[in-house]
Order: sequence, then C-alpha cells, then structure tokens
Amino acid sequence: MNKIWLIIKREYITRVRNRTFLISTFLLPIVIILLIFGSVFIAVSSKSKIKVAVANDTGFLKNNIKSDSSSLTFHFVSHVDSLTYAAQGYDAVLYIPSGNSNRYLIYSKKQLGLETESRITNRLNKAVENNLLLQKGIHKETLDSITAQTKEAVELNNRVLDESGKTKEAKNETSFIIAYSSGILIYITMIVFGAMVMRGVMEEKTNRIAEVIISSVKPFQLMIGKIIGIAGVGLTQFLLWIILVFALTSIVGVFIPPDLLQRANEVNSQIPGAGQNTSVSNGLAGLSHMFGDVNWVYILGCFLFYFLGGYLFYSALFAAVGSVVEDAQESQSLMFPVMMPIIFAFIILSSGLRNINSPLMFWGSMIPFTSPVIMMGRIPFGVPWWQLGLSMLLLILGFFFTTWMAGKIYRTGILLYGKKASWKEMLKWAFKKS
Amino acid sequence: MSNILEVNNLKKYYATQKAVDDISFKLERGSIFGLLGPNGAGKTTLIRMLTGIFFPDNGEIIFNGKKFNPINDVTSIGYMPEERGLYKKMKIGEQAMYLAQLKGLTYRDALEKTKSWFVKFEMQSWWNKKVEDLSKGMGQKLQFVTTVLHEPKLIILDEPFSGLDPVNSNLIKEEIYRLSQNGCSIIFSTHRMEQVEEICDHIILMNKGKKILDGTVKQVKQQFKENLFNVGLEKIPETLTSHLFEAIGKTDHSLIVKINQGYNTNEVLQYFIQQNNNITSFNEMLPSLNDIFIKLVEGTPLSRQFEKITV
Repeated sequence: MNKIWLIIKREYITRVRNRTFLISTFLLPIVIILLIFGSVFIAVSSKSKIKVAVANDTGFLKNNIKSDSSSLTFHFVSHVDSLTYAAQGYDAVLYIPSGNSNRYLIYSKKQLGLETESRITNRLNKAVENNLLLQKGIHKETLDSITAQTKEAVELNNRVLDESGKTKEAKNETSFIIAYSSGILIYITMIVFGAMVMRGVMEEKTNRIAEVIISSVKPFQLMIGKIIGIAGVGLTQFLLWIILVFALTSIVGVFIPPDLLQRANEVNSQIPGAGQNTSVSNGLAGLSHMFGDVNWVYILGCFLFYFLGGYLFYSALFAAVGSVVEDAQESQSLMFPVMMPIIFAFIILSSGLRNINSPLMFWGSMIPFTSPVIMMGRIPFGVPWWQLGLSMLLLILGFFFTTWMAGKIYRTGILLYGKKASWKEMLKWAFKKS
Repeated sequence: MSNILEVNNLKKYYATQKAVDDISFKLERGSIFGLLGPNGAGKTTLIRMLTGIFFPDNGEIIFNGKKFNPINDVTSIGYMPEERGLYKKMKIGEQAMYLAQLKGLTYRDALEKTKSWFVKFEMQSWWNKKVEDLSKGMGQKLQFVTTVLHEPKLIILDEPFSGLDPVNSNLIKEEIYRLSQNGCSIIFSTHRMEQVEEICDHIILMNKGKKILDGTVKQVKQQFKENLFNVGLEKIPETLTSHLFEAIGKTDHSLIVKINQGYNTNEVLQYFIQQNNNITSFNEMLPSLNDIFIKLVEGTPLSRQFEKITV
C-alpha cells in the first residue's frame, strides 16, 4: 500500500510540475475565453447597417413595413433610382412590382448575403400580409394587438406522472442540454485521460526502467499507482479549468462596455428562431426557470461516479495497450479497438437523445463499455432506481474485470522489448494461468 | 547458516523453450558469484526468478534461511538489469530517493544514504540535474548507486561494467569488493571472462537452461587443466622425442609441453637436466576461463532453437 502511494505521488508530482501541464492548464481557459468573446465582438462589430431606398412606393409599403431600429432600415425617397442610390448614401434600392406580379427587384453594389436577403423578404411578406388584412376590413389596432398576442400564442407543457401519481414538469430542453453536455464531457475525458494513461505506462518501457521497478514493486501495484496518479492530475486540471474559466469570465465581463452587450443582444434576437424576446432580464429569468429545479446534487453525484468509473474501466485497457508497445506510433493500431466502443457510445447518445426510451439506449446504459456516456445522457430525463443501480454495479464489476485482465497483460508486456504484441497474444496472456 | 541463497531444482519453461531447466546452486554469504553462459542460456530468466519478477514453475529458492518471499525479500535484493534505464525527465536526486523508498527505506533514511553515496562517488553537483543531461558513463554510475543504496544483502549485477571507462570501472570494482567484505553477496552475470577471473570466487556456467559447470575459479581451472607446462630453456632442441611428454609448441626460448598421463613434473625436469639443457623457468599453464567457456559451449548452436515443450 505504501509503495502504491509512492508511485501515485511520483506520477502526480512529476506531471503537475511539467511545463506542458502548466501551459495547457493556464493557457487553454484563456484561449477559450478569448475565442468566445472575440467571436461575439466580431459578430457585433461586423454587423453593418443596411439602408434600403424604396424607389416607387405608392404608400402601401410605407404604411405597412416596419423599419428595424438599427440594422435594416427602409427609406422612402422620391427621387432615387438604380443609378443614383449610392450617391445618396443608400446601400440598395428596391423596386415594387406593378400589377399582380410579386417580383420585387433590389439593386445593390455588393451581394446582400443570405441573411439580409431573408430579413428583407420577411419584412416584405409581413407588409403584404398586413396590407391584405387591412384591405379585408380589419382595423389597424386589432391587427397590432393580434401581432402582439401571437408572439407567445402557445406554450407546450409536458408533465410527467410518476408512480405515486405526482406530476412533475418535464424539462425536455434542460434535460437535453445537461444530458448532451455531460455525455460529451465524459466522452472527451475518457479518450484524453485514456491516452494519457497509455503514454504514462509507456514511460517505463521507453526509459527502460521497467525491470528495475518491477524488481521492487509488483506490476499490478505499478499499474494501479499510475492510473490513480494520472486520474489525480486530470481532476486537478479540471478543477483549475473550472475555477479559471469562472474567474476570467467575470473579469472580462467587467471590461465589456454596456452598449456592446446591448448590441450583442440585438444580434441574438435577430437570428430567426432564437426566441423573440431575449432581452437580458428575460434571458436570465428563462435560464433560472430552466435550470432552477434541476437536482444538481443527484446529477453531479452520478456524473462523478460515471466519470471515475468510466475512466478506471478504460484506463486499465489503455494501460494494457501501453504495456506492449514502445512508442506512440506503434500504439495506434492497438488503441483503435479500445477507442471504438467509446466513439460508438457517443454516436448512440447523439442519435438516441431524441428517443430516450429506446431499447438501444437501455442496453447501452447497462453495458459497461458504453454506460458511462449513455447513462449520463439518460439520467437528466429520469432513470428508474433499479436500472441505475444495475448499471453502476455492472460498471464496477467491469472495472474489476478489465483491471484484472490488464494486470496480467501488463505483467508480461512490460518486460517485452523489441516486439509488438498482437491482440491475440495479449488475450492469451490475459487468460493464461499464472 | 552460511548460505545467503540456495536454489534447488529451479525450472521455468516457456511455450517453446526450457529457459531454466533444473538448476541448483548455493551462494555463500559475502562471496562474489559469477553467473556465466552464452546468450540465451537462461541467465536472465534465472535472475528474474531470484528477484521475484517471475514465479518458478518448479523448485524452490531459499533466501537467507527462509523460503523466498518476493514481496518482503525484494527489499533485501539490489538488481541492476542488463536493460538499463532511469526516468530521463526526473531529477537525479529525486530519482535516487524514489527508488530507495520503493525498496522500503523511509524518507529520512533514503535522504541520508543518497547523500552519502553521492559524496562518495563525487556526484553531489548532479542532484538537480536530469538523467537526460548525463553521459552514458555517468548514468551507469547513478544506476549502480541506486542498486546498492538500500544496503541489500544480495546484489545482482548484469554486465555492470559495460560502457564504463577504466577509471569508473575500477571505482565500481572497488565498491563491489568492499560490499562483499561487509557481508554482502554478489551475483555477477557477464560474458567478460577476464573480469570473472579477477573478481569472482565461485562460478556456475549455464548453457541451454542447464548448469554445466559449478565450482570455485581455482577448482574449475584444475578440473579443465590439460597438464600443459611452459618450460624456459637456454637452447631449444631441434628434435624431441620422449615418452614423458609431447611438445606442442615452441618459441625462441621456451617450449610448451603436455605431460603424458602417469608421469609427473619432476620426471620431465629430470629429462631436461639430463639433456644438459639449462632450465630458466617452469610454469604450469592453466586454461583461462575463456578457453573453458568456449570449449564447453562450442558445438552447441549459437542461438537456441525453438522446440516443443511437453511437461
């Protein structure tokens, strides 16, 4: 036990002191923050204002169209045509068709772009619709009030009945976000940490120190020590990232000028389908409504369990691969069969979230190869206790099994030089009597 | 109880080879023991069983009077494998400390011993360097220090001098002598016969997994002597015919003779005296270990063939 502790300590300290660890830990959050804020900034500042001159309006458009306050405006001027509009300071000139034609013509120096085009079309459609309604005898006030009401005409509320008959509001959107993000997080960490374990195991071999170490400690102790040490490094990095991202966001947030935020919100609201009323206060209220009654303790607890369980389950397999190769290049082909179930799990998750109760999702969340990713996807939607318990039990048993098997491969593999073992040989080592 | 190690009928069979096939030997406390054999004789497998890396298929190992228990006894063994290595990215002082602690030393003991060995080998300034900054010879020295740091009762050295210059070679040789005088037993595996002759008290020779020779260096040489003598003479006779010996070689001032069975050296000397030939020297020519090694191993294929093993 004491020796395992020594190994854990060494693995942890040498990695945490490493320059790459420090750089990736402190640089990555900064880069992410800069990317996020940078892209918002670019989106806001590159948003050009478009002024459209209307050439031959007879009053119908002027009465029915709404000019957008900031970025898309229509101007009704008497003397403008396709030759003079630019000189008068407009970006484009619009011709209303005469008669029954619905072909509107717009001239511009630069191509308008899909988004602007669709916004102009939307605005014109609405104007034509309004005009028709007014012609059929509907008053302007009635029309305005209908428009205001239809913005939020329907809200679909899905309530779930549990066994005791109590109803509970289903939060499909919220659940989807939590399911998807925790699934992705587990998927990424299993692959990244797995590769880290594999490289860590190779360290003894590439440094040719395996035999010295193995003459002091049992191979199994070395393997477990490395797996736990590297898990510690990963958790530390995670923790630092979370702290840094929070700290940086709040720092950067202070320095953002308020009018930029205001404009960012406008940009948001103009994206079709992004919700009609995303002003800051409404957005926050919506958010707290969305996430307010999520059982965070339960979800975080499960996340931690499946994160650690999945990590331990797979890192044993990655360690087995690492023990039979001498450099990273050789490991590629052997790593593939280990990575495949993880990738597969993620594919099942992304397609299965739309139909959460399918048999594929059920079995995926039971089998330890895929359960960390898929069960995390199911948990926010509610999982019966017996299924959760069974899945956890299977994952623990699976972890014992892979570790036991990897330990035996590791014993033989770590002393093997100059020859890459095949999966067939590795399986033979794993199941031979010691 | 004078034996630190007793090995009885040790066997280890692989799928296609009998790596170690019924080996027995005893190792006296404080002696320097040479484990010889051509490549692929099974030396490394034998050593790995002695260091607890492999479990023997059969037979027993008695270490320090008790049945060998790999988990506890490895702390009393120091092993320097032929496949050398250290963590390249780790600082040298920390590395020595780490390896010593893995061998069961407390932090304080490890620190004290590491420091005193570093002083002895003039390595104090290396403490914060990394192994990748060291030359091969320096690395070798460090490796030796980490092998003996925890004061093991048994030290197993596989080709300890390879890659060392004569000065450092001597330094380590002195250290080996000193350790053995302090009661430490040393197993010394090598191909370099001149070193074995110089250092070892006792040798065994392995070939194809079997022990083919066992004894002190003196005994072995006696066992393989061919009654050869170098006789220094004032003038070398043109022709020599005697029932006492055969002349099998000559130089300007000496003759190499092989004494025939049933006769002794005095009779040969008398023969030359009667010939009125002045004898300037008379030496027995004992075979070198190198000769014995080649003689015993010769004729067997250079590398072992794979075979089907049925147990």
